[in-house]
Amino acid sequence: MNALELIDVSKRFGATSALDGVNLSVGEREFVVVLGPTGAGKTTLLRTIAGLEAPDRGQVRLFGADCTHASPAARDVALVFQNFSLYPGKTVRENLAFPLLAPGRQLAAREVDERIQWAAQLLRIERLLDRSARKLSGGEMQRVAIGRAIVRRPRLFLMDEPLTNLDAKLREELRVELRELARRLETPVVWVTHDSAEALSMADRIVALFAGRVVQVASPRELYLRPSTPAVARQLGSPPMNLIEVRRAGAAWRLPNGDEFGAAGVEAPSEALLGFRPEHVRLDGGASEAVVEVVEHLGPQRVVVLRWGGAIVHATAPTSIDIAVHQRVKPSVPPERCIVWPRS
Amino acid sequence: MKWLRWLVVALYLLIATAPLAWMGLSSLKRRADTISPHAKVLPAAEAPSDPTSPRFEATLDAYRELNVVHAGAQQSFWRHLGSSVLIGLVSTLASVALGTCCAYGFSRFRVPGAKDWLFFVLSTRFLPPLAVVVPVLIMYRTLDLQGTHVGLIVLYTVFNLSLSVWLMKGFLDEIPRAFEEAALVDGYTRAQAFVRVVLPEARTGMAVTAVFCLISSWNEYGFAMTLNSSGAVTVPAYFAGLQGNIEGMPWPQIAAGALVFVAPIVLFTVLVRENLLRGMTFGTIKQ
Repeated sequence: MNALELIDVSKRFGATSALDGVNLSVGEREFVVVLGPTGAGKTTLLRTIAGLEAPDRGQVRLFGADCTHASPAARDVALVFQNFSLYPGKTVRENLAFPLLAPGRQLAAREVDERIQWAAQLLRIERLLDRSARKLSGGEMQRVAIGRAIVRRPRLFLMDEPLTNLDAKLREELRVELRELARRLETPVVWVTHDSAEALSMADRIVALFAGRVVQVASPRELYLRPSTPAVARQLGSPPMNLIEVRRAGAAWRLPNGDEFGAAGVEAPSEALLGFRPEHVRLDGGASEAVVEVVEHLGPQRVVVLRWGGAIVHATAPTSIDIAVHQRVKPSVPPERCIVWPRS
Repeated sequence: MKWLRWLVVALYLLIATAPLAWMGLSSLKRRADTISPHAKVLPAAEAPSDPTSPRFEATLDAYRELNVVHAGAQQSFWRHLGSSVLIGLVSTLASVALGTCCAYGFSRFRVPGAKDWLFFVLSTRFLPPLAVVVPVLIMYRTLDLQGTHVGLIVLYTVFNLSLSVWLMKGFLDEIPRAFEEAALVDGYTRAQAFVRVVLPEARTGMAVTAVFCLISSWNEYGFAMTLNSSGAVTVPAYFAGLQGNIEGMPWPQIAAGALVFVAPIVLFTVLVRENLLRGMTFGTIKQ
């Protein structure tokens, strides 16, 4: 049985369509990341699942039951907001206890204490329990916010960019911790983000959402190597996928200025957008010349920016290879690494 | 330039506090001193022998005599103060409670024609109260609410409601929706989230709104005067009603009573003064 199923869910706000026929399913222990740029409808999607927005059309099913019009409280899902910190007037302990003391839950006082202790231990916030929520750092606040979600042991976690407002180091640390936590709790997660590194490192499956539509659903590896549209390609990876416009002449692709790029199949379209990853660009073996414009050092590797036949191409190169600005190279890309999107 | 600033402040302070100071002095005098043709400004332990002296004998008699029933009135000052307190407190509580609930609806839900409704609510303040005195008087006569506490409480509550709705909407708009939404997802109903999460956050706003409502019902004079001849006469109407009585105005008692009357308002205002400015601007100042 699927933990969550969205069937043809649509939601409009006035003239703008926030969700447009979204279909989505999340397995019982699955970690699904919804990836999309700002304004793609990611937050609306989570709010619809949580019951804070009612869809105009379509169905929300949780564990087989139709919950489209159920109240948020009845759904038993937990939502961690991007910028919702905590109830400011309460201590950390009171914040954690708040969801447990909800009238419908009727937990014994001892059970409440035990669960708070358990969550605090798991998130390493025990020493913060009696501090006021106002006196926490960003990272501590977000841990407590996640604590508020897990103490309830909900059926499904909804996370709305929970790491976005944290600094890079803490973000990477929590990313690993939370992935591990979700696995240990055996609870499905719908995680929303615009950060492709987060999506690639955490997800069992990634759902690419653009302008309220699901564009592609795939494993991180597949989405990275085989993005279904140029928009998905641009969203994933750093540096992002190269996208260049080419024309076919016989069995070869030609760059904008007419230089040869590489082999094209005979049945390939006459005009196309080619997508290929920087790490698949080789700096030799090509038919035409390119000039190195910029060399960026990123530690384990270098990013080389090439001007190649009127297009800008990013390539990565190991630090062992000598390469300098203004150097001329003959780059090549294996044809099987290129994705072809026909242009009309 | 600093001295200039101080000068302006000092001047303003003088102008603002002079009437209060004079009232304070008058409350310590005997009636003869309050209507003496020679200004009496210096309190002294004994009466001066020279009647033109600016000194006067200070006494607390006026405060002791606040329980005297003067000619032209049916009750003593304390009874009227009791009416003021009862009417002021109950109407303030009612308008803050109703205003908060109403403002919450406008703040959080899509109400059809919300802007028009809010403007309508505000527009009830555009009419000078005296313009509706006659219709209200007729209604109250029919409903038998003349001269009752309930009558004035209802009236002041209605009058303050527009202010209360607008002030509270400003304050509630500033409370992030995420707070209640988190509570909703956590398993609380909308009403429980309102009580447990929104109200604690709105406390300062409610206190500020209460001050404004209390001041306006505390000081209200027009309706208190026209709707009452006895029964629920508030302090402002009581003082005014003493005019023209055969014993002459009991000025020391009036001064003493007026001081006692303004004290709670001053205290209340000082307590929430930090938040008053935000209230004045309908909560539109972003922090």
